[in-house]
Amino acid sequence: MCRLAAITASEYFSPLENVHALETMKEGHDGSGMGLMLKSLGGFAENLKEYPALSGICSNDGLKTLDEFMSSRGWREVHCWEPDVKPLPQITRRDHYFTKFYEYPAGIKERPWEQKEALLLETRIALRKLGDKDESITVFSFYPDVLTLKEVGDPLMLAEYFGLEKGDLKAKIVLAQGRQNTNYAINLYACHPFFIQGIGTMTNGENTAFVPIREYLMSRGFPGYIGYQSDSEVFTHILHYTTKRLGFPMPYYKDVITPLKRAEMEGRPDKDALLLMRQSLRMLVIDGPNCIIGFTPDGTCFMVQDSKKLRPGAVGGVKGKYALMSEECGVDSAIPERDRAKDIFPMKYDFVMISPGAQEVKVWNQLKGN
Amino acid sequence: MEPVKGKLDVNHELTLKEFPYIIQWRDDRCKRCGQCTAVCPVKAIVPDLRVDRVAGSEGPIPNPSVTRRVTQIVKQVHDIDRYCVGCAMCSLVCPNEAITPEFNPNHKFLFYKNRAGDAYKRGGRRNDPTPSTLDQLKFTRISMLTDPALDAGRHEFHLRTFLGRILPPESMPLKAENGMLVVDKNSDIFIPPVREIYPIMIGSMSVGALSPPMWEGLAMGVAYLNEELGMPVVMASGEGGMPPRLLKSRFFKYFILQIASGYFGWDEIVRALPDMVEDPAAIEIKYGQGAKPGDGGLLMSYKVLKLISEIRGVPMRVDLASPPTHQTKYSIEEAVAKMIQSMSMAWGFRVPVYPKISGTKTARAVLNNLARNPYAAALSIDGEDGGTGAAYNVSMDKMGHPIASNIRECYLDLVKQGKQNELPIIAAGGVGKKGNLAANVAALIMLGASAASIGKYVMQATADCLGDENNRCNLCNTGRCPRGITTQDPKLYRRLDSEKVAERLVDVFKAADVELKKIFAPMGRSTELPIGMSDGLSAGNEEIARKLGISYVC
Repeated sequence: MCRLAAITASEYFSPLENVHALETMKEGHDGSGMGLMLKSLGGFAENLKEYPALSGICSNDGLKTLDEFMSSRGWREVHCWEPDVKPLPQITRRDHYFTKFYEYPAGIKERPWEQKEALLLETRIALRKLGDKDESITVFSFYPDVLTLKEVGDPLMLAEYFGLEKGDLKAKIVLAQGRQNTNYAINLYACHPFFIQGIGTMTNGENTAFVPIREYLMSRGFPGYIGYQSDSEVFTHILHYTTKRLGFPMPYYKDVITPLKRAEMEGRPDKDALLLMRQSLRMLVIDGPNCIIGFTPDGTCFMVQDSKKLRPGAVGGVKGKYALMSEECGVDSAIPERDRAKDIFPMKYDFVMISPGAQEVKVWNQLKGN
Repeated sequence: MEPVKGKLDVNHELTLKEFPYIIQWRDDRCKRCGQCTAVCPVKAIVPDLRVDRVAGSEGPIPNPSVTRRVTQIVKQVHDIDRYCVGCAMCSLVCPNEAITPEFNPNHKFLFYKNRAGDAYKRGGRRNDPTPSTLDQLKFTRISMLTDPALDAGRHEFHLRTFLGRILPPESMPLKAENGMLVVDKNSDIFIPPVREIYPIMIGSMSVGALSPPMWEGLAMGVAYLNEELGMPVVMASGEGGMPPRLLKSRFFKYFILQIASGYFGWDEIVRALPDMVEDPAAIEIKYGQGAKPGDGGLLMSYKVLKLISEIRGVPMRVDLASPPTHQTKYSIEEAVAKMIQSMSMAWGFRVPVYPKISGTKTARAVLNNLARNPYAAALSIDGEDGGTGAAYNVSMDKMGHPIASNIRECYLDLVKQGKQNELPIIAAGGVGKKGNLAANVAALIMLGASAASIGKYVMQATADCLGDENNRCNLCNTGRCPRGITTQDPKLYRRLDSEKVAERLVDVFKAADVELKKIFAPMGRSTELPIGMSDGLSAGNEEIARKLGISYVC
């Protein structure tokens, strides 16, 4: 079982806090990788929020190809951040870890956001395809105010490797996953968190309904529904499909992935809609043990469980800073000063949502619909 | 050369070695009660006399003498028209275990049975005792440690499926109001009727093909499953309508009405329309049957007695043959689109209407046509191992398409179009052929079926139908069913108690429900039916694995 550590706060903080929380849950990850996803960037990137940030890893040749591709498409690099890598014997160094900030190509900046967002996705996919064959280019996210860093190794060691203690990397939302590699070969694209158009999620669990869901998403005709080196990537895409493609309000994500039984719907004022959704979105019902933690484009953070709550998960904190962790010791590490009695352990009908800026925690109950 | 004239042709006389079943009778155990010869449905055995030559000697001095002793015996006749069908009713009634038929694997039955130019007809299903593809599939994705296996006895499972056309998510007439989704009443999008049903359906077996206690028993069992156990099992009527009081009863909603090319029974159905208090579960338009693809229905005259003639609106004692196709229709647009719309209209578009075809290489063409028809509620495909009450042997044995790859290809075709959840595929034909009902159903679901339909299995499990793939019994077409399942003769069907049939049907479904959970739980599936979860399946045969797009294991 992977270990998850997410923190959302009103002030900028270092992702090192997440790594330390992961360290307290160490027995749950085996050093097969760590993924960090930062949103609402601070530190060096505080003034770069308007520029789309492309995060990835490249070989020397790959970087050349990437740069050529981006400039040929009219993207102008504004800033390039590379971690100050400290070589460690336990970690196989790759040539370039980077987040590049770009100015939109001419004529694009004035276009509606939807068009720009589509272009960002299209560009990320094109880059991914460019580097897929020889693995020279790996890209994780291309979006304003979002930065992703992933590598194989122990989280604490990786924090040292990437020089996180230097403190130039900060954000108000950080998702971190310490990977326990299970079913699939270690592959950077299989490493959580996953990202698509402003939505980032990570999961600890095993999605036993993976194959039908993957087939369904891939047949939706949306270019971003690709990849799936991990069965957990579909959770990100289902949230995207539900909220962005179908335009459903956020809580309906829960109704899509773990729908109520027919009799249970009776208590919901929107039961007619639920009944239609139950039929129509049947192929997106998840199964197996899963705890999903993520953020949405507006900065809301959430935790949601599978239909039987087969995985642990804890949410706790104080106004202005909340931690969403796969185990309570992680919350203790991140926010020791909180009132532990107010910690939330979401059960099978619960959907925990923390408003942007970590101001308010809401536990939405699926049976009641509020 | 000898003249031909006057020469006796003895070649028509068969030895018992040519027969598919040879009676093993034991002189020493038989008490000559005559029950076996009385019960034999085909008169393959008769009481006879045998003369034995007995040599002996009496007195102190050897004095051999020969006497002749006459013994009463049970004899198997050599007449091919009265061949032993292996039903073993003789064994069943014998008080002393003195008689039993034995299968003769070297028989030459088919060489002789098609005499007088009349091809052999029978009931049952394809005579092929080898395991079907479904029986060669294994469930290999077992949740072990990386994810906890579920508990089949304790956890909740959602073993339900949908029957009906399902709108794609993008077309649902939903709108968000104050953060809540509501159905847009002003939308002109047609929301097709959809039933939530149990994924094992009882396939079409007509009132005429089955005896009254058999059909009634199944119907009672279905009602019990729904009303007492909350299992929404539905049952299809087969061609020929239903008893009028059922059409007008509140239980009607558990039944699927079939309309086939003979349109038998539909006068009564249409007349009953104003008095119906419930809608049927669905309407099935039969275009084909797996047991006899390209052949129409056939109810032989022996079975067309009073009740059947009334329900079907035909004279008594005439063969009722439905044509192979719906003859007023000349194209798929006619046959499918118009039929579906007409039937939908009869019930105000409140009832799912779907076609049933036999397994065929052209199933994908039909499917793609239906996928474009927003009123088509499903597609039922009946594979080559499907059963029937009457068909030509050649149709049953040699015509048709196996269900496994047919379903898989159709499902993957829908996946390509992104319509895998819009048009449910119902799989039938040989489901539970070897008794592995739940395993076969689970495999079909994981290959892409939304539900599976069973017929022969039900008859075997609820009424001990004797038929098997060694052509045992298979007398369904003759009206002489020794179990009373497929006969309209009261002397025969009194052998069957409808309440017992109902009880056993309930047992079948309750047991299958447990077994389905026992399959899905270790695979970590419980929240939804694992439709298309092909990663959970494997085959021990590379060719099968490749064809079905699943993994090969050994």
